[in-house]
Amino acid sequence: MDMWFNDEHTDDVKLSIRIDSQLFSASSEVQRIDVLDSKEFGKVLVVDGDITLTEKDEFIYHEMITHVPMAVHPDVKQVLVIGGGDGGVVRELIKYDEIEQIDVVEIDPLLVEVCRKYIPEIACSRNDSRVTIYHEDGLRFIRSKSDAYDLIIIDSPNPFGAGEGLFTKEFYGNCYNALHEDGIMINQNESPFYAEEAFQCQRMHRRILETFPICRVYQAHIPSYPSGHWLFGFASKKYHPLNDLDSVAWKLKGIRTRYYAPKLHVGVFALPIYVEELLKDVEE
Amino acid sequence: MGTLTQERAPIYEALERFRRMRIVPFDVPGHKHGRGNPELVKLLGSQCVSIDVNSMKPLDNLCHPISVIKEAEELAAEAFGASHAFLMVGGTTSSVQSMILSCCKQGDKIILPRNVHRSVINALVLCGAKPVYVNPDVDVPLGISLGMKVSQIREAIKNNPDAVAVFVNNPTYYGICSDLRAIVSMAHEYGMKVLVDEAHGTHFYFGDDMPVTAMAAGADMASVSMHKSGGSLTQSSFLLIGPGVNAGYVRQIINLTQTTSGSYLLLSSLDISRRNLALRGREAFGRVVDLAEYAREEINQIGGYYAFSKEKINHDSIYDFDTTKLSVHTLEIGLAGIEVYDILRDEYDIQIEFGDLGNILAYLSIGDRRQEVERLVSALSEVKRRYQKDKTGMLSQEYISPIVAATPQESFYAKKESLPIKETRGRICSEFVMCYPPGIPILAPGERITDKIIDYIVYAKEKGCSMTGPEDEHIERLNVMKEA
Repeated sequence: MDMWFNDEHTDDVKLSIRIDSQLFSASSEVQRIDVLDSKEFGKVLVVDGDITLTEKDEFIYHEMITHVPMAVHPDVKQVLVIGGGDGGVVRELIKYDEIEQIDVVEIDPLLVEVCRKYIPEIACSRNDSRVTIYHEDGLRFIRSKSDAYDLIIIDSPNPFGAGEGLFTKEFYGNCYNALHEDGIMINQNESPFYAEEAFQCQRMHRRILETFPICRVYQAHIPSYPSGHWLFGFASKKYHPLNDLDSVAWKLKGIRTRYYAPKLHVGVFALPIYVEELLKDVEE
Repeated sequence: MGTLTQERAPIYEALERFRRMRIVPFDVPGHKHGRGNPELVKLLGSQCVSIDVNSMKPLDNLCHPISVIKEAEELAAEAFGASHAFLMVGGTTSSVQSMILSCCKQGDKIILPRNVHRSVINALVLCGAKPVYVNPDVDVPLGISLGMKVSQIREAIKNNPDAVAVFVNNPTYYGICSDLRAIVSMAHEYGMKVLVDEAHGTHFYFGDDMPVTAMAAGADMASVSMHKSGGSLTQSSFLLIGPGVNAGYVRQIINLTQTTSGSYLLLSSLDISRRNLALRGREAFGRVVDLAEYAREEINQIGGYYAFSKEKINHDSIYDFDTTKLSVHTLEIGLAGIEVYDILRDEYDIQIEFGDLGNILAYLSIGDRRQEVERLVSALSEVKRRYQKDKTGMLSQEYISPIVAATPQESFYAKKESLPIKETRGRICSEFVMCYPPGIPILAPGERITDKIIDYIVYAKEKGCSMTGPEDEHIERLNVMKEA
């Protein structure tokens, strides 16, 4: 039995993973969801044919999208996670005792259910009493919110799928409005490597620049994502991602991580020249 | 072949048969199924160019249909409840012109509202008929022209018993409907035909709880923009006629101006779209109505904006309202509709149908989904947050009653001179000026130019309305009739 899953990264490039078994497959109203089991990557969550996460490297994504802002903002109490139906971001967030409220807006109830059942290692933490899940369109949820959150994490997988609305200027503007006066917004900012994603990357960066006074991009290495080189956006009303980093305070919290560290934090904002140029293109 | 039912699509089926025959083309078009123009094939796809073919026996002929086009017409007539339906390939413009040219000759009078599409007055230029304008009622706070009041039409008919036809816009671009049944019975009493521009009302024929259709109300002719809410390709349209109209004569009129090389892409799109709406239109338009209702609720919750609907019904000039139309009044946030229209496109990558001085219109159709509506609503909330300003000094759309000094034909063909727009006061205009869309003339040939009209044109240009009509593309000069 020789079974391979192909994730097409571009029209001409794909990543193949040998699959042991298919654990789940069904379509919800918004998308098709598959859970595969593989020797190399462990369990793999596939949405509309694209890898959303793998057991082996999800920690990189989830740590980097969560701990970077948490080490900068001195007092995060209210957090909003848009997307994030797999539970990975929440798992990182509940490590912080000072957080009082975690709202998760995941449009697809099936995704939450499937992750709870098939990848509980990632999704288990949802039972924390601070967490509320809303099954609603993220764009609609945030429209009516004003001055309500310290941190918004946009954990949406794909600018072309059901979550397209979460990559738009109107959404970033609504997020700005939903944040307190010192709030931070983090988004996954796609990869700068392949042309199509690089274009999306620029587009997102421009839209966020037009909305937030402080807007920086940082990177991580995520092997299962197209090109493996992934970017995140740090948008903020007040705090600077490096000048306001408090390494000592963060270390004192004693949070265990496998990728993130305050030392790395400083490094990830130093971008390769071609990425700097890509971003500069839209900054002018 | 089987019996002719709404499940059939005769033109589409004939094209499928034609494709399987692999006919060798020694006729036009010269691209020969795309082989002679690979770049065109790359753009449109080989499927598409291979059915871009000429009239021939197995595919019938639009100028004189006897087989598959005739069958498609019969099915369309049945689907729309008409005596006969014509497949049109020159846009609804050509349907509207054919209605007027079928009923009016040189010197005939036609009763019509002034807020008609340019194609109506174009037809008057062609045939030399005299317009008798009925001023539409106006909703002053919204700044939009409404339908025609029954009392005004009665008066116009009584004062002009020699008129040959009454022309009605139903619904208007904004979704406003007039009392069609009452208008038809009054007009027929005086032997006048009733012509309906139903460009924005295709879905009335298929949806549940929709305003009455022209054919059901007994109108004599109706132009239906299948390509607007019906889903067919741009430029395709239906002309419908009732029992009191001679189909053979209408065909002759259509053939005066319509192409003899009717596009099979357009014809088959009409055929397939008619089938789709006949079979699935009710559910599809039900979803459109729900989506529009949802959008209205959400937009009205933002505050400042007013997405209006059936509450505006007054049983006369707003006899009914088309709830699929998403019209939003924007003046209360201190922005002209056209400004919101531009911001949505330039800043938020959202293209809506049009903006006028006080309103925007987002066109919802069978192709829309909830997620795009969420984007529109969120963008509107952002536009308000970021751009809201004081509304003093904002001009509302105004209906300016025309002063008709000559017929459209006389003035269009008269000796004329070109003057800077500000020097045209008191002169008789010999060309059109309009904002596009909606394409309703501010000035039509034969109308006297007033200060109010000049101010309006200057203000609309300043706000960024896209103006069309005059010979001078910058709209700084106008052609007026030479004074004797």
